[in-house]
Amino acid sequence: MSLLDQQRASVEGGGFTRRQAWGLFWLLLAAIVAWLIFAVWPAWLNAVLTSKKAFVSAVMNGLTLAGLYFLVASGFTLVFGLMRNVNLAHGSLYLLGAYIGYEVGARTGYWLIGVAAGFVVLAIVGVLMQVLVFRRLEGDDLRQTLVTIGISIVAADLMLAVWGGQTYQLATPEWLDGAVTLPIITAVRSNGASVFLTYPFYRLVVLFAAVVIGVGLWLMLNRTRVGMMIRAGVDDRAMLSASGVNVHAVFAIVFAVGAGLAGFAGVVGGSALSVAPGEDVRYLLASLVVVIVGGMGSITGAAIGALLIGLAEQIGLVYFPTYGVVLTFVIMVVTLAIRPQGIMGKAR
Amino acid sequence: MSLVATTPATARPAFLGKVGAGHILLAAALIFYPAVATDFFLTQIGGYSLIFGMIGLSLMILAGYGGMVSLAQITIAGIAGYAVAIFGLNNSNVHGFGWPWWIVAPFAMLLAATASALIGWIAVRTEGIYTIMITLAIATAAFYFAQQNYMIFNGFPGFNGLRAPEFWGVYWRDPVPFYYLCLGCAALAYAAVLYCSRSTFGLTLQAIRDNPRRMRAIGYHVTAHKVFAWFVSGLIAGLAGVLLIWFNGRVSSGTINVAAAINVLVIAVIGGLKHPIGPFLGAVVVVLMQTFAIDIVGAERFNTLIGLVFLVIVFVSPDGILGLWERLKPHLAQDSLRPGP
Repeated sequence: MSLLDQQRASVEGGGFTRRQAWGLFWLLLAAIVAWLIFAVWPAWLNAVLTSKKAFVSAVMNGLTLAGLYFLVASGFTLVFGLMRNVNLAHGSLYLLGAYIGYEVGARTGYWLIGVAAGFVVLAIVGVLMQVLVFRRLEGDDLRQTLVTIGISIVAADLMLAVWGGQTYQLATPEWLDGAVTLPIITAVRSNGASVFLTYPFYRLVVLFAAVVIGVGLWLMLNRTRVGMMIRAGVDDRAMLSASGVNVHAVFAIVFAVGAGLAGFAGVVGGSALSVAPGEDVRYLLASLVVVIVGGMGSITGAAIGALLIGLAEQIGLVYFPTYGVVLTFVIMVVTLAIRPQGIMGKAR
Repeated sequence: MSLVATTPATARPAFLGKVGAGHILLAAALIFYPAVATDFFLTQIGGYSLIFGMIGLSLMILAGYGGMVSLAQITIAGIAGYAVAIFGLNNSNVHGFGWPWWIVAPFAMLLAATASALIGWIAVRTEGIYTIMITLAIATAAFYFAQQNYMIFNGFPGFNGLRAPEFWGVYWRDPVPFYYLCLGCAALAYAAVLYCSRSTFGLTLQAIRDNPRRMRAIGYHVTAHKVFAWFVSGLIAGLAGVLLIWFNGRVSSGTINVAAAINVLVIAVIGGLKHPIGPFLGAVVVVLMQTFAIDIVGAERFNTLIGLVFLVIVFVSPDGILGLWERLKPHLAQDSLRPGP
């Protein structure tokens, strides 16, 4: 109801011209990006941005990373939006998923089983956390958050005990290996032949998977009954429970999906990059920033935030290596300054 | 030192009642602690606990009085530490402007307090649980930045060979002087916080914690009060940071990593966030655990032990050890009232 009112208000009060202006802005931006990617760059642009290959690779890497960040952060944002529970053990879930995927993949020899195991085991862990821990501390946000900190300390230490400090690389199956040539011309040789960009096939698959899962999540949230309950819970938890919905079941589902996605991302990300202690902190930071920037409890926001942060991180890595983190940080601060509730967040 | 403390007490009996017998006993015990303690217990346990108690205290101000739980306190202390390394002297041949300690130390504190106020200014734009997320994001970003940046922070190795000052013929990193230095600073910070909590500012801050909307409606500048609380807490964290860096003799990105940030929260929560003494209690417990857990569970797994103790405290007593004490006190009082067998 309130959502409808808000939408109507924005259509009537916001004015048509403002929307048109934004539309123009986005069109222009899209055109510039398309030109940057598909056109053959003039010499001056190559001079400014090192080379087209470096730039487009950074963008592609940024997109892949954004896909990973989205997978991790979407669970985080759903859990936060619904339960007001900042799950600071979310990074640990990612790392645990990666280790489990590695073990299962190495033992069975099938990478896909490892991926499935990462999702299923972590979903179960998520439900257990919800039932055993968070349900007991319901209504006390601070204590729930403190508990997740305690869990992350213990989990990090136990994972170190089991898997040690070394770096693992998950082996992907052969059909995912190799590189593909993209229809993107990076340079033209002196003899007139075009040089096309080649890119690891696996990373494209990761990106594709993230998009598919994102769309799936969006459909689940907006087209199914459970999704309706989750959205209602994000808006007003007390009202949802008053209208006869078993809130605990909804919580358990959300926690399972969120933790499962973190585990899934762990296996997929561990195959693209590598698995080592400390990755949990990295992905926790990524989820935090993505969710702060994108807005709590919004899947679309998580996607936008992940895109921004992933691109900023990779482009920053290429053009100003030691200040890449600062760029991420600046994005967060600017978002908080302009829109404290995040890009897609609702003011409370 | 004890003479100074007792003279006004005899002159004005009201002062004694105001300070409280507990405080005087505690002060006496802490002052005579070096008489019984070995050098190891003096610095590694005593000094270290006092330093981390102060960092915990800076969190207690924000969390207890302001309702803002911050995970960036070690970052703020680290800023002061890096300032000492960059503007003072170090052995790493990077920066080291060689300013005298009596400029560097206050300057580092002020820098830390300013940074703290800036972090606070960002964090208070949102409310409640969001503060934890934002400060954790800031702390993590600061850690990665310090680790990767060689121009300012000298990257992974950081700065080595930082010496505590020598004045009045005393090298202040020697065990006994260092212990008294920490004790003096901690006592000062503790007294200042107690005084502040009963001042107009402190009461306003607590009122804002309880009901920001009402305070805003009455006409108080809510944001300004919160940001000033961050500034005050930054001063204390900065002071602790300077001491910590003199104690360690080095500062690197490892000093401000996420584990350290969480460690401060663990200390404050285990001790209790309701009273300024809590963080010091928590610091003693955690430092003792970190030192001696190695004998119980082995050097490898002491983090698991600390994490579990933290979990138990959060589950059993939200107000930490102080909360446990508060819960026990009525029982004890009743026991003493009961007629003996």
